[in-house]
Amino acid sequence: MKRFSLHSARRRARLYATGVVACAVVGTMALTASGPANAASVSTPGVTATSISLGATEPLTGVAANYNDIAPAMKAVFAWANAHGGVNGRQINLTIDDDQYTPSITATMTHQLVLQNNIFADVGSLGTPTQLQVQPYLNGLKVPQLFILSGCNCWSSSKYPYSSGLQTPYTVDGKILGSYVAKNFSGEKVGYFTQDDEFGFDAIKGLNMEIKGSSVVSKQTYVASTAAYVAGLQSQVAALQASGAKVVVLAAIPPFVGLFATTAATLGYTPQLVIDGVAGDPSAIGAPAALTTPAPNGQALLNGAITEAGGAFEDQTSNPWVRVATKLLTKYDSEVAKNGITGDELTGFNLGYLVYQALKAAGKNLTRQGLLNAIAADGKNFANSGFVPYSYSSTVHFGFEGEQLYKMSATATPITLPTGTFMGVTPVGPVYYTSPGAGPVKVWHSAQDKVPASLSSTA
Amino acid sequence: MQFFLNITLGGIATGMIVAAVALGLVLIFRATNIVNFAQGAMAMMTTYIAYAVLHKGSGYWLAFVVALATGLLFGALTQVVLIRPLQGKSPLNAIIVTFGFLIFLEGLAGAIWGSQTRTFPAPFSEAGQKIGNTQIAFSPFDVFVVLAVLALMILMLVLFRGTDLGLRMRAVAFAPETARLLGVRVRPLLTLGWALSAAAGVLAALLVVPTSSLTPNFMDVILIYGFTAAVVGGLDSPVGALVGGLATGLSLAYVGGYLGGSLEPMAALALVIVSLMIRPEGLFARPAPRRV
Amino acid sequence: MGELRKKAQGLAAKPWFRMPRQPMLRHLSYAAVAVVFLYFLTQKLSAFNDYEVGEIAFYVVALAGLTLLTGVNGQISLGHGGFMAVGGFTLALLVEHTKWNVVPELAIAIVTSALVGALIGIPATRLRGPYLAGMTLMVALGLPYLTNQYDSFFGGDQGLTTPQPIGPASINPEQWLAWIQLACALIVLILLGNLLRSRFGRSFRAVRDDEIAASLAGIHVARTKVIAFMVSAGCAGLAGALLALSAGGVNSAEFPLSISIYLLAGMVIGGTGSLMGVWWGAILIVYLPTSWAPSLANHFHVNSQVSANLAVIIFGLVLVVGMLVAPGGIQGALRWVAVRVGAYFSPDGVPNMKLSLQEAPTDRAVHDSESVTQADKPGV
Repeated sequence: MKRFSLHSARRRARLYATGVVACAVVGTMALTASGPANAASVSTPGVTATSISLGATEPLTGVAANYNDIAPAMKAVFAWANAHGGVNGRQINLTIDDDQYTPSITATMTHQLVLQNNIFADVGSLGTPTQLQVQPYLNGLKVPQLFILSGCNCWSSSKYPYSSGLQTPYTVDGKILGSYVAKNFSGEKVGYFTQDDEFGFDAIKGLNMEIKGSSVVSKQTYVASTAAYVAGLQSQVAALQASGAKVVVLAAIPPFVGLFATTAATLGYTPQLVIDGVAGDPSAIGAPAALTTPAPNGQALLNGAITEAGGAFEDQTSNPWVRVATKLLTKYDSEVAKNGITGDELTGFNLGYLVYQALKAAGKNLTRQGLLNAIAADGKNFANSGFVPYSYSSTVHFGFEGEQLYKMSATATPITLPTGTFMGVTPVGPVYYTSPGAGPVKVWHSAQDKVPASLSSTA
Repeated sequence: MQFFLNITLGGIATGMIVAAVALGLVLIFRATNIVNFAQGAMAMMTTYIAYAVLHKGSGYWLAFVVALATGLLFGALTQVVLIRPLQGKSPLNAIIVTFGFLIFLEGLAGAIWGSQTRTFPAPFSEAGQKIGNTQIAFSPFDVFVVLAVLALMILMLVLFRGTDLGLRMRAVAFAPETARLLGVRVRPLLTLGWALSAAAGVLAALLVVPTSSLTPNFMDVILIYGFTAAVVGGLDSPVGALVGGLATGLSLAYVGGYLGGSLEPMAALALVIVSLMIRPEGLFARPAPRRV
Repeated sequence: MGELRKKAQGLAAKPWFRMPRQPMLRHLSYAAVAVVFLYFLTQKLSAFNDYEVGEIAFYVVALAGLTLLTGVNGQISLGHGGFMAVGGFTLALLVEHTKWNVVPELAIAIVTSALVGALIGIPATRLRGPYLAGMTLMVALGLPYLTNQYDSFFGGDQGLTTPQPIGPASINPEQWLAWIQLACALIVLILLGNLLRSRFGRSFRAVRDDEIAASLAGIHVARTKVIAFMVSAGCAGLAGALLALSAGGVNSAEFPLSISIYLLAGMVIGGTGSLMGVWWGAILIVYLPTSWAPSLANHFHVNSQVSANLAVIIFGLVLVVGMLVAPGGIQGALRWVAVRVGAYFSPDGVPNMKLSLQEAPTDRAVHDSESVTQADKPGV
């Protein structure tokens, strides 16, 4: 008898526990539930008489967390704009969500931005796989997906008119580097070392338009995850070495360029390196300034490497854009105030100022279609810190399509940052520009955009 | 031919580092019958401390010694705080706890030091050597790697085979109650086992970090490969760990060199599956009757 | 006081309502209550909250499978995210190449991942704890590489798209999706609940408790372990397919190791082996990284570096502290409290729970135990 009652107590206990689960589910929902969208904004989601709500998903943590300083710099530009009357009388509110560079989380966070934060537009979100994941969703709901930080060719497509990219397309990177290689190392054997995804594929597309197929002797790839790290890049680098390539073009993210150089040093392989702009910043590769012994990380190989950049480096303090960005961000971005400006923060500044100009051009009567129209009509005239103007038009949804070539050099003025002192760079030749299509690589003759007085006087 | 030679030498250098990780795993498994999934993360924390010491302006060797000492202490503390309460519980608990500790430490390192990549110097040149006219892919640093790992293995062999202390450690691991009855003081021995294993992990980390750079998760994959090596060699055998490490390093190098770099992780998995199918207890483990 | 207690005992002695004894009937009646409750819940919530409810539902599916494998059968998997990837990609390939309804697509996703589970499970039967843990970890790390290696088939980094299923026009798409996912979760819980009460369920437990004793009792140990692995992998595959529907697509970056870690932590916090506890774990997985950790970081004004890692730190702590302090998880703690509260009102007074819970389950009522023997066996 006693047994039975005990067990029925247990059974009842289980029922209670189930009930508690149910209550907790409801409670959690109720706590995180949000009311419907602001009634005033029925006509255009995310826009009220006094505010515009924007959203961005960024890798604040995870494998790409090194880019987590871009979005705060963009937000700092909005803080500057808000302190000076906003844009057309509206304050800009930016919600930055962490997607850990994981597409499924990007999907969740983007749903949240659209359904809950009721954003007007998604701006400056980062990553190729992450943004590809939400491209059909955002375009389906006609939410602008603007100025994506990725050089994938996929952002300029008639199928997805609400998307646009900011970064120079990787195919353009490839074409410009390829034309340099064809001109300066003609007759040499060339090898490719590329990331095994859209980044690498698009870059190869561009390289192949310029470099003769017969001179390419080896194409090696790597997978962009830490898994490839330990065994090093021994097999890939040894294969390039065995093929006799004297010039190696790298379309790789910064840590793998560093690892490539280290591995090549171990193998005694000393090709001329030509590095895609994605890893164009010596401080990101970790190329040290001084050639010390014992020599870490193949710095000798990086000395003399050709690379490219779409705009000034953050340490070029004589550049007016770097000056104004540093001044503004020091005031509005606590990270910059503490540690000085980085290349990523310069990108974030440029991005924020681009969004600001686009919203301003869209006028007082702000709609999503109006914003797209304004970018298509005026995008080419928005001021930027790059070497070429933006390419935005009704058909082209790429931001930059030009690059300045540089040579990394141990004798150039080193780049001094809080994280260390790194190898400097010197410009090589003129600024080039081209489209991702079949057209030729051309020289851009005009000077950089001037910093608008309205920006320099208030920063 | 030079290609084959180079990837072979590269495989050996990688294999030796993998073997060091495997030795650390074997040490703990022999001493406490647990696989410590947090070993890599513990070594990662210690390497950050070494990095800080280096950047205080101290020389490489001081940082090296500080790292090893911190590793010993860290290992002992971990055993006392996290592992001791698990004595007598299901082995699944220990797996989940050490795995959770790995996650925790990586998050902590990210919170303290950020996730950016830092370069860590090597004590010797990493450039390959010229023999006659051919450059071979074996640097003075690689020589140091090989010697350091060999020294570690010999120390372990001496400890377990040649000393009373080692014998008692093994007794404690596999028959704690009997050992206790025989008057062995169990607790300090288990703590010692963890301390030594953590130090072995730190050695592996210091050997791999000049190539891979310092980030909160730089030890993840090498731990996986170390585990592969330990399974291939048998979790109970130091010699097995060394041979397993070399086998793993060479397999990765050949698969990467001849089939493509992206297949390397799958190659490690295949190696584990095949070796477990053929010899589940590992190549060098003495077959032991399962306790009922 | 004494009066009240007597009254209460009187009430408890004559229950006004008794759940059916037959397990299938009982589980169905639980499910019926849940359906009504969840219907009104999803009606009441905003579109984004519906989307989150759907996410909770597919994590429930994955966790139920994992808790069966680890808590009930005593095998551990650190790589269940890999099986989720198999399910997700299967669904996406079917969407790409066929024009089928979502139901057969989900069914095939389950079968495919169960088969992959068998592939892993067969060598795994020769492995004990740490070996198996390491091997499943490698599966989780290795599988995404295959999708990169055969990128023309799997769509490379761009992956494959899986459009959200559209229901009747009167129902918003997030709600429709949540219903599909919740339906899957409830069906899985009912089926697993019954499975645990069947002959298989008993042999799962017998193998966990003592393999040699189990084989002496005539249980085919290896086969039992492989079946447990297949069931568990099938659940993970279904969860991955449902995740793909939520996310709108699959690609190789979508199933990182962190998903496997989240699942493990979700299982521990809910209570290893408890089918009801998986709801707790699923809530944690959905809300901690995207909502709770950021609010916590905001509240304490920590810098971005700390806030970026806060969720990971908490997941790690859950695993370590949960295992050390409360191996029964939330569900175990609730049951502990509930048993005492219930016993207070029972005519026999406060029982000696410790003793009774360790008694061998001979009586039917104990076999009905929904969650598996957490209290019987503190060490998982």
